[in-house]
Amino acid sequence: MADEKKIGCYICKGCGLGERLDTDELETIATREGKANVVKQHDFLCNADGVKMIQDDIDNDGVNHIVIGACSRRSKAEAFNFQNVAISRANLREGVIWIRPDEPDAQETTQEMAADYIRMACAETKFQNIPAASGQQGLNKKLLVVGGGIAGMTSAIEASKAGYPATIVEKTGKLGGAMADMVARIPNRSPYADPMDTGVAAMIAAIEADSNITVHLNSTVTKTSGAPGRFSADITTESGATTTDNFGAIVQASGFTDYDANQLPEFAYGKTPDVVTQRELEAMIKEAGDGPVKRKSDGKVIASALFVQCAGQRSDKEGHLSYCSGFCCSASIKEAMLLKDRNADCDTIICFDDLRTPGAGGEDFYRSGQKKGVTFTKSKVSEVVPANGSLTVKMHDLILNDDVEASVDLVVLATGLIANSGVDIDDKSAENVAQDPTQEYKVNVDSILNLTYRQGRDLPKLTENFADSHFICFPYETRRTGIYAAGPVRRPMDAAQAIEDATGATMKAIQSLEHAATGEAVLPRPGDLSFPTFRKEGCTQCKRCTVECPFGAIDEDEQRYPQYNESRCRRCGTCMGACPVRIISFENYSVETVGQQIKAADMPEEFDEKPRILVLACENDAYPALDMAAMNGMQYSAFARVVPVRCLGSVNTIWVSDALNGGYDGIILMGCRQDENYQCHFVKGSEMAHTRMSKIADTLQTLSLEEERVATYEIAITDSARTVQIINEMEETIQKIGMSPFKF
Amino acid sequence: MTDVIATNETILVVGGGISGMTAALEASETGKQVVLVEKNPTVGGRVSQLYKYFPKLCFPTCGMEINLKRSRQNNNLTVLTLAEVTAVSGKAGDYSVTVKMTPRFVNSNCTACGECGKAVEAEFSDEHNYEFMGAKRKGAYLPHNMAYPQRYVIDPRIIGTADADKAKAACKFDAVDLEQKEETIELKVGAIVYATGWRPYDANKIQPYGYDRIANVITSVEFERMADPNGPTGGKLVRPSDGKEAKNVAFIQCAGSRDRNHLKHCSRICCMASLKQTTYVQDAFGADANISVYYIDIRAIDRFEDFYKKVQAQDNVTFIKSKVANIVEDKDGNAVCRGVDTEGYTRYENPHDLVVLAIGMEPSVNFNNLGIDVVANEHGFLEPDEANGGIFAAGVASDALDVNRSVQSATAAALRAIQVVNRVGGTEA
Repeated sequence: MADEKKIGCYICKGCGLGERLDTDELETIATREGKANVVKQHDFLCNADGVKMIQDDIDNDGVNHIVIGACSRRSKAEAFNFQNVAISRANLREGVIWIRPDEPDAQETTQEMAADYIRMACAETKFQNIPAASGQQGLNKKLLVVGGGIAGMTSAIEASKAGYPATIVEKTGKLGGAMADMVARIPNRSPYADPMDTGVAAMIAAIEADSNITVHLNSTVTKTSGAPGRFSADITTESGATTTDNFGAIVQASGFTDYDANQLPEFAYGKTPDVVTQRELEAMIKEAGDGPVKRKSDGKVIASALFVQCAGQRSDKEGHLSYCSGFCCSASIKEAMLLKDRNADCDTIICFDDLRTPGAGGEDFYRSGQKKGVTFTKSKVSEVVPANGSLTVKMHDLILNDDVEASVDLVVLATGLIANSGVDIDDKSAENVAQDPTQEYKVNVDSILNLTYRQGRDLPKLTENFADSHFICFPYETRRTGIYAAGPVRRPMDAAQAIEDATGATMKAIQSLEHAATGEAVLPRPGDLSFPTFRKEGCTQCKRCTVECPFGAIDEDEQRYPQYNESRCRRCGTCMGACPVRIISFENYSVETVGQQIKAADMPEEFDEKPRILVLACENDAYPALDMAAMNGMQYSAFARVVPVRCLGSVNTIWVSDALNGGYDGIILMGCRQDENYQCHFVKGSEMAHTRMSKIADTLQTLSLEEERVATYEIAITDSARTVQIINEMEETIQKIGMSPFKF
Repeated sequence: MTDVIATNETILVVGGGISGMTAALEASETGKQVVLVEKNPTVGGRVSQLYKYFPKLCFPTCGMEINLKRSRQNNNLTVLTLAEVTAVSGKAGDYSVTVKMTPRFVNSNCTACGECGKAVEAEFSDEHNYEFMGAKRKGAYLPHNMAYPQRYVIDPRIIGTADADKAKAACKFDAVDLEQKEETIELKVGAIVYATGWRPYDANKIQPYGYDRIANVITSVEFERMADPNGPTGGKLVRPSDGKEAKNVAFIQCAGSRDRNHLKHCSRICCMASLKQTTYVQDAFGADANISVYYIDIRAIDRFEDFYKKVQAQDNVTFIKSKVANIVEDKDGNAVCRGVDTEGYTRYENPHDLVVLAIGMEPSVNFNNLGIDVVANEHGFLEPDEANGGIFAAGVASDALDVNRSVQSATAAALRAIQVVNRVGGTEA
């Protein structure tokens, strides 16, 4: 790569740009103000000829920084896909001519807008460097799988099939997890009529026969450090012997714990051995072999069994689970069938509120249960009373709308599952205590991963103890890069789903270690080679970057300087936005690349009555919303200058104060929704920005500026009309409160 | 001639909806060569026709933007639109696939400037809006704002008419090519992921509900378009019969699903979809809204329970456990739901401004007609059978799934396909 920057600015005259804009003037601006070394116009820049013109300049003239003055960066990206150069797009089509009226008296301001975008793009690229991998990389194809249940075993087997070795760490003395306790599984194959083999034995056999899979039983992960591509894990046995190994990525399939049925005294659990959980019933069936199942209290063959669905679940009662555990309806049907298989005369009654057996297989299995004579009653069970050698079940029959009683031999409680997600790293008190070895853990759960990460030892939880992401489109985006949760630790699910989930998580883990090897980011910026670096001599060790990173990517070294683990980084730039001394930057995205754009825009005199509104827009949602406003013929103020940012979290307040000092009359920040239903692709970026901007009032006060001049909004990608309105309202506001006095 | 390079280490993904895009992107971002074949002019599939997602009530376009960005910069991925697989033969690691390419009549010169759309006069029913409430689009059109490739399409019905010439004349970039012909290409691939998705069950077949007779009986997918500000009503919830505000709205669950006469399976998404759609009515009319949900079981499974609870807590939403017997129209155009509330066995006859049928989903491809033997179940979904070799299902091709589970399924399918091509490439060990 040539060290010298050679800027080529290419201005398109297609799509009406040539007719609406004075491109000769733009060319002059690019040369004189933008200091572009090569400036060319083209009638149709994105066609083969235009692209070739640029490629030729790259190949023959050493042009390595490209400014494309054409359409939005969201358009024609395939055509302008030049390798090993820095590219900046001046959005003259969607950002200028499409959002301005084609009228003579609008022409001057429209041209000014275009001219500014050329200046800004030239300024941006001048301060960009071409990102290259850091050299920290190495390929480690091995996966660490924490948990040896159905999900964990699936992960190891599927990884191995793709050519990636796996190591399973299982806390107990055997593989199989919860499924090993089951007699049979809910069927996952057509015709979905009968319980099927659990598959555990076959999976264990496959693992034992596979030299690519290592298993550590009676072991836990006592320390995990590093990053994707170079994780180091201490695996410790019960007796305390520790082995350390290196891994490329991690799948956390730590499963679930049964809800404690002792919290359901109304159902007589604990008062009689004839009220059991689903798992206890499986043990009884196992014990019975192929013969009729007998109850524990007196050895009597069970002639009637009643299943209480949603026991301690879907309930707001203290100590109950608010969620539905997803598997219990089908599990009860399966167990009712198993009882009937062993004693055809056994009555089985399933008391449910909503029977939840979704999909094709679920509904077939439900129908099969009905066909086999399982009774389904929509009712709410209120109490179970042991009486005269049997159990009296009191319930409200919702169909009869009446209180009824049933007398049965056995009651089965369909209690739910609780995710084994380790310590709650957001519970600071617990975490702090845990880090202090002289004090006892206050938390009554063990860490699963024992990460040495500055932000805590386990995956962050989303809700109800589940270690999930909050994305619908991207379910595997946990907030710790390279560590993927799979199975019921992520959300309630049955075995079939856990197998699917574990396979998906393994895919992501493999992808993550492959990306770590080349230095590329993973979602949402796959392929991005840039990573944060900092100027050490300027660092004040304030720790804001380490604390605010949404992905826990930053640790501290022995000297308490931040340590950026690039393969843990998702490249949002929240650290850059956080840094009060502005020493964090990416090769192609920095305080300068944006700051210089803000400075490069021409600032008219106060009395020109041409205000300037700076719009810092999230590139994933607000910027496309503005593009789509343009596509749909909406119009906004010619005084706006829009700068896309990777995430609102990357916005450093210096941009705002510099813009105010530089004479901008209004500043709008557009980010994503930030509450518990957040839509920020970097989870906390938008939230951080909102918090920082709430403190901008001081800056405004110091400058004696009105607080209306800076506004932060949550914008969805569909908010085209709203973005336009917000910009136009800012123009009106400025008309009301007057121009900024800071124009020099 | 379309030039596509594929080898037996290439993965073919059939279908460019959220599942197909996910499978294709996950595999190609892991370094595999992937060809994605989509029969429509744009990728995006059914999710691009949704207004919001449950349970976050966020917008599908948001995730689509990320996926499109991923596609645009991905050098391992070839996307073929207006392309359909017509024949498959061979075995895992060695499939031959025939793909029929239908002409778009617009080449890659297109800048999506929109001039051809302005020039053309003919209008056709708008598929993107399910042709709902007379929604129209031009004979030269961009299917929707997020269409990818971002390239216009000339409707074949205007070929040979003056409109076609107008479109050509309007284009300054030589992008309109009226001479394009249908072509067939042959691909060699190692593994195939079917992400062919679903279509709404034909509501006309549910005769007692009068979808074909009563203007104010619509389907859930149509209601989704109605709620969308980019839809045919600009986001206004109205009665199709007279355009009046639809404040009293009923949702009928299991319309065509869990029914021996129609689809035997549960379509899984409809309960949550209707719960989501109740929020559209709430957002539009607040306390003036009057919402009824007729259901058999509310399958707001796992963490979705929260969402159900929130909707249940609204005073103006009534849940009625009942399979509606039939719907008739009264003199005011109301759709009147008749049946028996099974909780207490009381008869009802409830008039509503609008009745939304939570329509079931059926697989859009008949897997028995692939030309190669694969194992599908009686509902038409592809089974995870080893006999299927290197052919895998992603998303709703495998079962009735919501978006989140489809993406999970597609991510898993990507790994299964990678296993096959790695075996071919000898890189599995």
